[in-house]
Amino acid sequence: MNERIVDDLLREPERYELFEEAFWGTELDRRAFFRVVGSGLIVACAGSEAIAQQPGRGRRGGFGAAGPKELGAWLHIGEDSAVTVYTGKVEIGQNIRTALTQVVAEELHLPLERIRLVMADTQWTPFDFGTAGSSSTPRMAPQLRRAAAAARELLLDLAAEQGQVKRETLGLQDGKVVTTDGKALFTFGQLTQGKKLMKVIDDTTPTTPAEKWTRAGTSLPKVDGRDFVTGAHRYASDIKRPGMMFGKVLRPPCFKAELLKVQTAEAEKLPGVTVVRDGSFVGVAAATEQEAAKALALLRAQWKTLPQPSSEELFEYLKKHPSRGDGGFGGRGARDSRGSIAAGLKAADRQLQATYTIAYIAHAPMEPRAAVAEWNNGKLTVWTGTQMPFRVRSELARAFDLPEERVRVIVPDMGSGYGGKHSGEAAVEAARLAKAAGKPVKLVWTRQEEFTWAYFRPAGVIEVTAGVTDDGTLTAWECHNYNSGGSALRTPYESANVHTEFHPTDAPLRQGSYRALAATANTFARETHMDDLAHAIGLDPLAFRLKNLKDGRLRAVLETAADRFGWGKGKPADNHGFGIACGTEKGSYVATCAEVAVERGNGRVKVLRVATAFECGAILNPNHLKNQVEGAAVMALGGALFEAIRFANGKILNPRFADYRVPRFADVPLFETVLLDRKDLPSAGAGETPLIALAPAVGNAIFQATGVRLRSLPMAPKGVKAS
Amino acid sequence: MAIVEELHINGSRRVVHADAERSLLSVLRDDLDLTGSKYGCGEGRCGACTVLLDGRAVRSCSTPVSTAADTEIQTIEGLAKDGKLHPLQEAFLKHDALQCGYCTCGMIMSAVALLNRDPDPSREDIVRFMNGNICRCGAYPRILAAIEEAARMMKGGRK
Repeated sequence: MNERIVDDLLREPERYELFEEAFWGTELDRRAFFRVVGSGLIVACAGSEAIAQQPGRGRRGGFGAAGPKELGAWLHIGEDSAVTVYTGKVEIGQNIRTALTQVVAEELHLPLERIRLVMADTQWTPFDFGTAGSSSTPRMAPQLRRAAAAARELLLDLAAEQGQVKRETLGLQDGKVVTTDGKALFTFGQLTQGKKLMKVIDDTTPTTPAEKWTRAGTSLPKVDGRDFVTGAHRYASDIKRPGMMFGKVLRPPCFKAELLKVQTAEAEKLPGVTVVRDGSFVGVAAATEQEAAKALALLRAQWKTLPQPSSEELFEYLKKHPSRGDGGFGGRGARDSRGSIAAGLKAADRQLQATYTIAYIAHAPMEPRAAVAEWNNGKLTVWTGTQMPFRVRSELARAFDLPEERVRVIVPDMGSGYGGKHSGEAAVEAARLAKAAGKPVKLVWTRQEEFTWAYFRPAGVIEVTAGVTDDGTLTAWECHNYNSGGSALRTPYESANVHTEFHPTDAPLRQGSYRALAATANTFARETHMDDLAHAIGLDPLAFRLKNLKDGRLRAVLETAADRFGWGKGKPADNHGFGIACGTEKGSYVATCAEVAVERGNGRVKVLRVATAFECGAILNPNHLKNQVEGAAVMALGGALFEAIRFANGKILNPRFADYRVPRFADVPLFETVLLDRKDLPSAGAGETPLIALAPAVGNAIFQATGVRLRSLPMAPKGVKAS
Repeated sequence: MAIVEELHINGSRRVVHADAERSLLSVLRDDLDLTGSKYGCGEGRCGACTVLLDGRAVRSCSTPVSTAADTEIQTIEGLAKDGKLHPLQEAFLKHDALQCGYCTCGMIMSAVALLNRDPDPSREDIVRFMNGNICRCGAYPRILAAIEEAARMMKGGRK
């Protein structure tokens, strides 16, 4: 098998990435390209990378058979020298707009402000499976790098021809073709004037190696930062259209409720109000949000409800309700079986068995789901916040029985997602209301709706059995994950006897992707268990890990974090503890050391200090990477210590920030972050993996401070009870 | 039904026609297209909607527009003067104190109110004052650094 296919399989997305079939919809041919963007030069990326972006299917046609309709991204240089890059990726706050601009700037030797990225607009950008799985940096950045490099080569060819000079004497500098003695010959626009040049490139175009980067690899600021600090940036929820109305949707009192009947007459009497009833969907649109809310309150509905499991019985429920199937994506990849667990346990001096539990948690993006929908001559345009614009286009096309080319989805840089916005609920709802009202409709989910009707990070039960000899050799490692997912379930530690397996179960709540997926849960269980084993045989937790670890990249982050933290160089103060943990997922590596203080009496946990080492190959933007690594650790603090969705009978019991605590300023520890820049390795994504080592490092520190071993996430919503 | 007919926003008189019970946030965003103030929770628990009334921070999502009628309202849109950014805006950019940016305007307006009240806050003061503002992306350490830097810039005589 070719290396790339193997790589794809290893990175097989997890079932909870919520993928579904989508269809190629970009039928742009050469003429259409130029009609759309004007004359000049177009470079398009085709082939395996573009096709590999579509998981599970879409290798249709095979590698190398790509035509314009199977493009991953493309780049246009206009007659005015403007460089415009088109990619289906979404800016969610991970600063990929800046990173991708840097990559293009590098190859074209251009200042960043000369480059404009058109992102996530299904009418303009080629198909993209979505912004998920830490894939934008390892997949889209190389595509754009090759597109820009090909454009550079083409510009040099043109300049040599037009200037009647030897090509070897030419180079690019600040957006111009210059001679080796620094004389400017042509602007990009002069070279592309009146031309309709199109080049579809493959994987072979030479690009600038990381050691030679001057624009990529540096801490350039967010390209459009000014728009965000002045309030000028328009998120989907800020879009305003002429004649726009405001929508609200009637929600059932609980999950799985059936609408028996609804009286809409009172609401319909309000002037200017449209009421829509379509199957179980009931919604209203009005001139103001207040009037829409008033109309909604006048709807009288009867529902049939069912008894449903509660969070109190969650973990028993998961164990008792296995579901059929092989675990789907990710589940297969998580299965690892070699040697004999029985033999490994027999050879051990100590055995340790424990069960870990993981609660449901919510993404709680600050911008809730929102959409503005507008119908125009049977064509539908929707502005919405989603990580998967092409999937949402498919949802809309299906919902309204439209061909996909009559649906346009535009995703303005959005108010975050964290894996929680892979779907298009608000888009479909707004479009239904807009169709009935005959006017554009804006629909913004309330915080309570977002906490209730979005999907959650899967809860889970993880059972670990391990054996170790007194000298610290891991003789057996068995780990079963029920429901939460297969990501990072394989252990990176060496052992002759290993069995890891993911078991899908029926889920009591709607569940799906969440930043880092189950890697957080599985790394928590593994690294807590490893800590326990180290204590059981009286070995230092760092030394025990290193003894069983061969992976050089993981060892490097572990040793770096320990060094930065001062591991082993001092004892914690009274009621304080130190903890260490590490992990790898999606091609990047993290290790975290934490110091916690636990208050005597109330058991309140305060994380004081977090030292993290992170490595994801060649770094594209060190400052933004540090921002991701530390932001991820802050987010992870919530799930580690206090975040949990409570539910009963199909109702979420804490659907508000007053009842669902997220990390705030007062929770933030002192961060010491070390980034290892491996210019010799391809860049991996970094939005997810920095979350995964925080919880076990904190838990292991709590154990040292108190002697209490915590095996449930969240670990201390009400503090730690003294042992 | 009481109606609010004018508001004073960012130094200008703005004519509106708004039911007095509507939230200040919806009037700013929907009627006046001042969308820098964001909806985050609708109950004053996240700070994304923060604006200033007579220099003090309020959560506009849970403030009836009638409350704002006789005050000087300041929103993020009025913070930069003649294209020159406020020191807090400059400091947020300098420290890359944002990721998705959805909380940013509310963060900056809260910080303006803090520095109005206390031009030289300690880190503990900043944490206490800002604790009602959520940044789900977790850019808190950078926001703290930006506020400290802006305080220094403003003390240095720069406006």
